[in-house]
Amino acid sequence: MDGSAILARLRGRLGAQVLETHDRLGDHTAVVAREGIVDALTFCRDDAELRFDMLMDLTAVDYLKFPGREDGPRFDVVYHLYSVAHNHRIRLKVRVEQDASSVPTATGLWPIANWLEREVWDMFGIRFDGHPDLRRLLMYEEFVGHPLRKDYPIERRQPLIGPNV
Amino acid sequence: MPERTARELFLGEGPGTGSGSQNLYVNMGPAHPAMHGIIRIFAELDGEVVVKTDVEIGYLHRAFEKDCEVGPYNNAIPYTDRLNYVSPLINNFAYASAVEKLLGIEITERCKYIRVVMSEISRVCDHLTCVGATAMELGAFTVFLYMIKAREFLWELVEDVTGARLTISYGRVGGVKADLPEGFGIKVRKAFAEVRQVLTEVHTLITGNRIFMDRMVGVGALSAEESIAWGITGPMLRAAGVPFDLRRVQPYWAYDRVEFEVPLGKNGDNFDRYLVRMAEMEQAMRMVEQALERMPGGAINVDFEGREIPVDAYVDRGKQGKTEGLLLLPIALSPNLQGQGREAQGRVNVADKKVVMPPKETTYGSIEGLMNHFMLVMDGYGIRPPAGEAYFAAEGANGELGFYVVSDGGDRPYRVRCRPPCLPPVAALPRMIEGQMVADIIPTFGSVNMIGGELDR
Repeated sequence: MDGSAILARLRGRLGAQVLETHDRLGDHTAVVAREGIVDALTFCRDDAELRFDMLMDLTAVDYLKFPGREDGPRFDVVYHLYSVAHNHRIRLKVRVEQDASSVPTATGLWPIANWLEREVWDMFGIRFDGHPDLRRLLMYEEFVGHPLRKDYPIERRQPLIGPNV
Repeated sequence: MPERTARELFLGEGPGTGSGSQNLYVNMGPAHPAMHGIIRIFAELDGEVVVKTDVEIGYLHRAFEKDCEVGPYNNAIPYTDRLNYVSPLINNFAYASAVEKLLGIEITERCKYIRVVMSEISRVCDHLTCVGATAMELGAFTVFLYMIKAREFLWELVEDVTGARLTISYGRVGGVKADLPEGFGIKVRKAFAEVRQVLTEVHTLITGNRIFMDRMVGVGALSAEESIAWGITGPMLRAAGVPFDLRRVQPYWAYDRVEFEVPLGKNGDNFDRYLVRMAEMEQAMRMVEQALERMPGGAINVDFEGREIPVDAYVDRGKQGKTEGLLLLPIALSPNLQGQGREAQGRVNVADKKVVMPPKETTYGSIEGLMNHFMLVMDGYGIRPPAGEAYFAAEGANGELGFYVVSDGGDRPYRVRCRPPCLPPVAALPRMIEGQMVADIIPTFGSVNMIGGELDR
């Protein structure tokens, strides 16, 4: 199935939940409303013609300093899906406001979402509602802040931790 | 009186002894001799059976993604070396290809073949390390030494091309750093003969070996459906019988022009993973040999729209003030810069002055070349892809190695995300080892081929 047909099928099923779509550089992308993301992912995984059986990647982008996006929703949570059965790809995105930075979890759909969502929480501070174990993945528990946010300066030092501090 | 279990008999535990049976909590790692890589497996044991585990990663986190955001696009290349440090070339090329996709440029034919050749050599290195280390942890130290010996021959090839063994920084956006050295094909043939001999020896030593098979067959198995749900790609998925290989299903570079097979396993256990990796090494060497044979030579320059430019056309361009490539001052280059001269550059790099550094003779010999060089390295200039986002996936040694690059139109990436191929199998590690014996953790962890640099970034 080619990318535009996938996007058309998504729009046909989800209607107004699909906020916008594009196919720039050959990567077909759909931006989905935050409330509709689990529906969209479930549909992508279970629909016989889409069969996106693999959650290839889940990450986020902080658009705080992106020209033209300074006032818009701060984060994009980005899902890259791949279908082993049909050999096609799609990218889904959810826009997240800074104040309400949480997204419904995808752990019920793919077990790998567990670690990927932990990493996004760790790096960006975006919460995943319903996640069974939302701990930091790469950083340690005492770490202050979320390092991949654009307002986290790269030279910031962290307080020392340990028994002798 | 109920029959006494062995535990009650030997340990004096259980009902009636007052202590009750207790599970034991054991830390494996972060620094453990059998953990090649820094990772902590916190395991709850009932006797020798693993009941529950929690895997903790992040000990090698170096803020790769954050560091990429602070420098120009090509500055991220050395960081990508340190992702999967056993096959750094694939990381270089995959990152460069993601940026090229963002720029919308097509690399030259010769460069595509060079990327195939160097990626496949790296893949053999990676599989040699993985199989060798796993075998060593099961007691087959000879296999490890043999395989490291074979890897040494390949690293000599890598050193010949890139000037370094591990931190090679050979890929560039728009091409590669330098052309292949002279006589490379002959050296490859010699090295591969050695590697093939080692592979035969290793097959003889362990493939049918009773101890090895006892430890590997049926251990750490994951079914095809489960592997897919866990996002596992690469040799581990193929060992479960799923023919997913990006080089085959979504060919990039020159993979559609070389013949190869995709070795498949059946049971998805450690032994099948071992067999798949062994078979893939032979296929990778086959690809290198074909690619070296078919690699086009000669000067292949393309202009901004991808049209080839014949060499004599440069004369007329010179009259129009386009002097790039006309300045033929004889400059003696340092041996360190071998392969980066004018002739070699045209063969391997795209002719886009906004992307690729000028040849060194031009940089040192003319004001235009010097300006071109500065325009690429000065803060605020350099490679500036249009605002947008691109995801490029290459078949890394452990599976799909994806780079998701977001550009805001500036000279440095707005966001670089690396999809590490060994993260999903490590996340699935508890699923693979729970319910098995403590000793099974070691071969299973070995077959996952966890690479800290890539896992923790």
